[in-house]
Amino acid sequence: MSEIQIDKELDCRGMSCPLPVLKTKKAVSDMTAGQVLKMTCTDQGSKKDMPSWSERTGNPILSSEEKEGEFTFWIKKA
Amino acid sequence: MSGEQKQKKVALIASQGTLDWCYPPLIMASAAASMDMEVKMFYTFYGLPVLTKNFTAKVAPATNPAMPMKMPFGPKWFQNINWPMPNLLTGLVPGFESVATGLMKKTFKNNGVATVEELRDLCMEIGVEFLACQMTVDVFGYQKEDFIEGVTFAGAAAFMDYASEADVQLFT
Repeated sequence: MSEIQIDKELDCRGMSCPLPVLKTKKAVSDMTAGQVLKMTCTDQGSKKDMPSWSERTGNPILSSEEKEGEFTFWIKKA
Repeated sequence: MSGEQKQKKVALIASQGTLDWCYPPLIMASAAASMDMEVKMFYTFYGLPVLTKNFTAKVAPATNPAMPMKMPFGPKWFQNINWPMPNLLTGLVPGFESVATGLMKKTFKNNGVATVEELRDLCMEIGVEFLACQMTVDVFGYQKEDFIEGVTFAGAAAFMDYASEADVQLFT
């Protein structure tokens, strides 16, 4: 996913629900439209939570991947 | 929030004050607020102390027989044992609640769960509104100074007025 330009990174590894969603929301709030946030977490629930969050808030997930128990999401601020 | 949609409203009642029961409404509230919903939480009865300064919640194993009794330390096989606890022990042995509370807090910490106070403060930061039940404040003899900054004091009618137009209403 190296082709996606990242403006901010957020490490939520080790955190449980609802912290990854909450921290993502806070991070995105501080960004400007069009910027991309890369969020990494280990919460299994995020596989379902992040798409729901994205759908509801209108900030699209450009890409996501699951590797060795870590979930990464590239989120664009709408 | 996607522009054309009307902002969703969430009305939550939080009536419980044990450590385990402080979590569900705060988790739902923070998730909802993170999703750009307007959230108001009505803290009443034993939920009310959650909004006070210096609040410390405990678990009550005697009244929650389904509570897992597992050790948050040692090798994996040991941590996986769910210790059988007769009610005589959970209900009558002095200090059992404190020990169980300590173990539960450690378990939460090991799993990256925010503390109740952290979650409450994060909720406030992202715009969740906390309503303290005025009746409970009066009945149990609380003072306004006992509460954290930003709490609104209100009655059932004020909350129901909001709840009647909310998209989600939850009682916990």
